[in-house]
Amino acid sequence: MTDHHHPGLNLGHTDRSTHAAAEEMIFGFWIFLMSDMVLFALLFATYAAMSVHGVAGGPAPADLFELKSALYQTLLLLTSSFTFGMASLALKYRKDTGRLLFWMGVTFLLGAGFLVLEARDWVKMVTEHNAPPQRSGFLSIYYLLTGTHFAHVSAGMIWMAVMAVQLAVFGNDGPVKLRLMRLALFWHMLDVVWIGIFTFVILLGVAP
Amino acid sequence: MNWLGILEWHDIVFLRAWQHPSSSELVAAGAGGIVVLGALAALLLITAKHWWRPLWRDWLTSLDHKKIGIMYIVLATVMLARGIIEANVMRLQQLLAVDAPGYLSHEHFAQLFSTHGTIMIFFVAMPLLTGIINFVMPLQIGARDVSFPLLNAVSLALTAAGAALLMVSLVIGKFSTGGWSGYPSFTEKPFSPGAGVDYWIWALTPASIGSTLTGLNFAVTIYKQRAPGMDLFRMPLFCWVSLCTSILMIFAMAPLTLATLMLALDRYAGFHFFTNAAGGDVMNYANLFWLFGHPEVYILILPAFGIWSEVFSTFSGKTLYGYTSLVYATMAIAVLSFTVWLHHFFTMGQSADVNAAFGMATMLIGVPTGVKVYDWLLTMVFGRIRFRVPMLYANYFLLTFVLGGVTGVLLANPGVDFSVHNSLFLVAHFHNMLIPGTLFAMFAGFHFWFPKAMGFRLHEGLGQLAFWLLAPGFLLAFFPLYALGLMGGMRRMAVWSDPSFTPWLAAAMLGAMLILAGLCVLALQLVVSIRQREALAVPVGDPWDGRSLEWAGPAPPFEWNFPVPPEVRSRDAFNDMKRDGRAHSAPERYHDIVMPKNSAVAPLLGLGAAICGFAVTWHIWWLTIASLLGLMAVTVARSFVTNVEKTIPADEVERMHRAWLDRASATPAIPRRLEATTDNRGKAEVPGT
Repeated sequence: MTDHHHPGLNLGHTDRSTHAAAEEMIFGFWIFLMSDMVLFALLFATYAAMSVHGVAGGPAPADLFELKSALYQTLLLLTSSFTFGMASLALKYRKDTGRLLFWMGVTFLLGAGFLVLEARDWVKMVTEHNAPPQRSGFLSIYYLLTGTHFAHVSAGMIWMAVMAVQLAVFGNDGPVKLRLMRLALFWHMLDVVWIGIFTFVILLGVAP
Repeated sequence: MNWLGILEWHDIVFLRAWQHPSSSELVAAGAGGIVVLGALAALLLITAKHWWRPLWRDWLTSLDHKKIGIMYIVLATVMLARGIIEANVMRLQQLLAVDAPGYLSHEHFAQLFSTHGTIMIFFVAMPLLTGIINFVMPLQIGARDVSFPLLNAVSLALTAAGAALLMVSLVIGKFSTGGWSGYPSFTEKPFSPGAGVDYWIWALTPASIGSTLTGLNFAVTIYKQRAPGMDLFRMPLFCWVSLCTSILMIFAMAPLTLATLMLALDRYAGFHFFTNAAGGDVMNYANLFWLFGHPEVYILILPAFGIWSEVFSTFSGKTLYGYTSLVYATMAIAVLSFTVWLHHFFTMGQSADVNAAFGMATMLIGVPTGVKVYDWLLTMVFGRIRFRVPMLYANYFLLTFVLGGVTGVLLANPGVDFSVHNSLFLVAHFHNMLIPGTLFAMFAGFHFWFPKAMGFRLHEGLGQLAFWLLAPGFLLAFFPLYALGLMGGMRRMAVWSDPSFTPWLAAAMLGAMLILAGLCVLALQLVVSIRQREALAVPVGDPWDGRSLEWAGPAPPFEWNFPVPPEVRSRDAFNDMKRDGRAHSAPERYHDIVMPKNSAVAPLLGLGAAICGFAVTWHIWWLTIASLLGLMAVTVARSFVTNVEKTIPADEVERMHRAWLDRASATPAIPRRLEATTDNRGKAEVPGT
């Protein structure tokens, strides 16, 4: 058996049996992420078209986006990826669940902070700029793109809460480890998507 | 608050017919009555025969890929019956409606072509091919099951949920009139205000998610579950097409999911993705839908190519000619399928240069497909050809599919397309590809693998009779449409004004009736075969002198497929085993086998998805939220179930395997000329051994 079976965190050094079971499971999850990425790619493509052609006399990207709020959101989400990385290390190297739960808790809070800031942006857009999704094609796709990402982050946090319960019930056993490894991949993917949103939606939107 | 959303009493088809007893409403009520009576009859039969427990325990909760495959095919068969009956109802309307109103209202006719297309693509062709891949592919690669058995069951349940919604739409409310492709702006709220388009959206959504998950499952299975020695280039060609189809599903279903979701947001929440106002753009829909729709065409046809490859090779008694070229041709088609979506809307405003580029890409697909046709022809050259039912379909396919392909190359020319687009010429073309190509391949695969799945052959004579009804039936039903298209007949017309259409429409009607008759004979064949199952039994499991591993075990196969993973040394693995005398040998040691336990999760999720789809169609918000919460609760609860596997002891495996080996050695091997007789007990004589 090779020590490196799949991209991402491998358990070969610390848990041989789970490592063997991981290969197929994690590979399958990578493929799932790929199909999820197709969904986001299509959302980005539609955004590229509609943010130019679908403004319909309403507010344009430059009128709406706030760099400062987006920066805070980015920092929160990127940091949460780092803290999930710490949780993954605890998952791999420690039998007890204390440190793992701690880092997952921090990740959860950072994710919650991200959701709050993003929701606040939306409320502001609707109340201060009169820019709800029904206003124009551009706003429709803007809300759908960021909303799909928002829904993914929310799903990741529900998943995280379920995993905290599982850690309490089952401890750090094989199936739980495999689920956490998949959750980690999912969480990092959302980071990658957010970097896309930050770059192509926010930065390009406010660029002169 | 209204507990039933926007649902009202007069949405029920029988009350509508009572209030407005026109011929159109009476036909609708008749269809609704068939659904209700059919469901009641099924429930009564199951209750009377005490089948509830075995149905639940052995089928609905089963995670066995073979049973899931069979359930997909049963689902598709029910939907196929509806689709073909609808086709006949439409044919009759078109025949009667030359300078006359006919017997259907225009709206009813529009519902019929919408459900017919939606059903045939998503709930006949897709479940048929998914079912056959499910049954065959894991056996062919020497695997015990797919990689994710529970996910497999969930995919089936989601597909069934979509199909259930389509059946409900016959009784409650009306279906979309927007065609199978559901183009906005017509399907937007201002132009299609009722619940019909919502039925269409929420029937498609679970089915397309199910297909995405199926693709994922099959691809991982082929990459990770192959038996020792089963290199990629030793796989039967059917496994290659399964892999390419799976990859297409992973990439191509997402655009459909997204397009229907956006349409739903437009309709329910006033968004502007595809509207005519406020920056919405129908071209977004056209691009997204056909980014799915064109690869979908190859999702439908590639598995058929795999079945034809197995059939030509087996019934010519030869290894497949040009195996490597077939693999590369399949791959080339899969890649090219993503580069041609724009040919579905040549007429929607692109520049001539863009159209030319996509036209050339489209014509290019003819090249690898042509390679395949020559490979199949050359497989038969110098072969000892046996015209069993699958081989009849296969040869018919070669003739008619090439004609359909030629009309496809014609349509790929934007100049030609401008004059025949949306005409019956197009309708003739894609039926020409999908009936002899996909549907007849599924029939051929059905006859080919049925003995493996059920343990007995299908009645040969009735199978041939069905073929001889279906073969001219297709030609009569669709070749007149080429002529009508060139004469100016457009698709989706409820009435005509040109009397010169009548003879062509009459021929098409006759063809549709022959196809319906063929379907009835297939049903009769199934009944007769079940009654004669003792005489037709092939328990040793190799009725056709098969070449790949699915024929290596008994029929029906063991639940665990293979007592020990088979050792593969070459292509045509089982054929070589027979020739080396390894086909019926016991392994040195048997081991315990771990299999997944049954699970109620999939049927529960399917039920939840169907209820959710119905609730959201009719704006019953409390039920929508309740069913979504239910879906989540089932999913989370499942993750707390720890006891999900069962162990089959080595003794049990050995006992059953040895019983089969004893039976195999006691059974006489028969030569191929006795293949279609009752002497065929599933053991093939191997010349030269």
